[in-house]
Amino acid sequence: MSTTNTQTAPLIDVQHVSKYFGTVIALKDISMSVNAGEVMCLLGDNGAGKSTLIKILSGVHRPSEGRYLFEGKEVHFSTPRDALSVGIATVFQDLAMIPLMGISRNFFLGSEPTKGWGPFRRFDVRSADRVTREELARIGIQVREMSQPVGTLSGGERQSVAIARAVYFGAKVLILDEPTAALGVKEAGIVLRYIAQARARGLGVIFITHNPHHAYPIGDYFTLLNRGRSMGTFAKAEISREELTSMMAGGEELEELGHELDEFARTDKIAGAQLAEAAKEFKAEAEVLHEDGQQPVSERERDT
Amino acid sequence: MSVTTGERMVRVSPLRRLLVRPEMGAVAGSIVVWIFFAIVAGSSGFLSLRGTSSYLSVSAELAIQAVPVALLMIGGEFDLSVGSMVGATGMIIAILSAQYGWNIWAAMVAALIFAVLVGMLNGYLVIRTGLPSFIVTLGTAYILLGATTGITSIVTNGLTVVNAIDQAPGYSAAHAIFATALGGGQQFPIEILWALALVAVATWLLLGTSFGNWIFGVGGDAQAARNTGVPVTRVKILLFIGTAVSSCLLAIILDVSFTNADVLRGQGNEFYAIVAAVVGGVLLTGGYGSAIGALFGALAFGIVEEGIVFAGVNAEWYKAVIGLILLLAVLLNSYVRKLALEARR
Repeated sequence: MSTTNTQTAPLIDVQHVSKYFGTVIALKDISMSVNAGEVMCLLGDNGAGKSTLIKILSGVHRPSEGRYLFEGKEVHFSTPRDALSVGIATVFQDLAMIPLMGISRNFFLGSEPTKGWGPFRRFDVRSADRVTREELARIGIQVREMSQPVGTLSGGERQSVAIARAVYFGAKVLILDEPTAALGVKEAGIVLRYIAQARARGLGVIFITHNPHHAYPIGDYFTLLNRGRSMGTFAKAEISREELTSMMAGGEELEELGHELDEFARTDKIAGAQLAEAAKEFKAEAEVLHEDGQQPVSERERDT
Repeated sequence: MSVTTGERMVRVSPLRRLLVRPEMGAVAGSIVVWIFFAIVAGSSGFLSLRGTSSYLSVSAELAIQAVPVALLMIGGEFDLSVGSMVGATGMIIAILSAQYGWNIWAAMVAALIFAVLVGMLNGYLVIRTGLPSFIVTLGTAYILLGATTGITSIVTNGLTVVNAIDQAPGYSAAHAIFATALGGGQQFPIEILWALALVAVATWLLLGTSFGNWIFGVGGDAQAARNTGVPVTRVKILLFIGTAVSSCLLAIILDVSFTNADVLRGQGNEFYAIVAAVVGGVLLTGGYGSAIGALFGALAFGIVEEGIVFAGVNAEWYKAVIGLILLLAVLLNSYVRKLALEARR
């Protein structure tokens, strides 16, 4: 994939950012950046600090330490609206979509096209429908009626509409919070394809996920988070899918999980035997990961 | 570009598309109760011009409040002060015009300003405190009722009704606009036109303007609407002003028609308006419904209330029937909503 690495400053550049909540260290010394026409994948398990980082990027939180630069200039956002106004659009998991409202009404909610003047200025439903239809067709979603409730769309389509909306309203950077979580394989494919399209249109994309199988095919760079710290940023050429997977589902975590299950197996009379079996499997997988970084055979799609 | 065709392009039967409209339940309900009373009470005057006029006028009076209440409910809030607001604004007009000799139009403007202020206060309190509007407006309802009764008692030396509004300057013009009768045999009060005009404006607002889109948005998910840039506070405060002003309009119509004002006038309307809106397909949780639905909800209500009288049984039975219709409507609505979300699967 072409990465337009021009000499200009990255769209988003955070340097040595930390975030503390009281005495809790949510993030420590994170640096990452994203350029126009690039997909930066932010990977990490639950509790790795992904959400905290997104909230800093999207203007919900301010970093406790470090610098946040947008197009080379330091910024201090106090609300998501601030971030949005410079072109950083965040598609949160709840999507800011209203299920019982029609598709085009959702698409233009808050930015309705109007015609007429004065007290007779009215919502130009026809042009809203037309634009929405075009934008959806562009991402390969054919809908019979623009007035049908968003709730009738599938999860992947809803994600795509939310992304299309952000792109249409002039986003330069898209931050996608787990857009493929809770989606089936085919659905996730729709969203991944649209991420590729957004990149091709010159947007910078920050794609947050805990699924390396979704991240690897689409990402240009990968930043891995673990327990609030960065495990490093890798260009696609520097890392294989297997290495990414093994770093994500680190051998030690699997081993730990195995031990924990062992513990349960000893006390649980009903499911003890099965738990012991599962524990053994985890340990074996951890072993394999340790040995040669191979992707374990039994690895399944986590999100299906 | 590849395109996902197929499942979403399936044809939907026109009947089903009609069924998922929010107002369908109320339209069907109105027809059913009308047919019922046409059979039961048709011979005793329900079908006569007088009978028709009686339920249309009850329905119109209810619709004047129910339609703005429906908009507010679509926007995700309740207003339980609309009943007391009728008494309060009605009494303001009566006292200023009949007691103090103001021109009735000036008294109406004063009442209107009062309604706007109370509506703003309701909206502001709800937004600022984050408390449920159900409780906040219940509070203002009692404040309005108590203060209206108290102040009226002081001004009139212990009365709760103020008469002789027709003696006020400007009354005849007001009568022509708010209380005249139209149609065959001068049977139909002009308030029917007021209700229809209100429904037309509300429908245009809801479906034809950005503001209408915001109403659906703030009711469907206020946080999501805020994130997309909808001025949630402004929308909600304007909707509260709408319910208060429509209550003032009803107070004007009733004051001018009866030539008097009663502190208790309008009591109970807050719930009748919610019933009409819900029967008309408005979701209690907000974000869904229509003004036309609320009109038909009010129509069904009026037909039942007057139909019972023509049927010759104790008039209080109408409340039992209304309760039953309300329950059926809520069941139907939740089913219709399910259908709406599945309609094109």
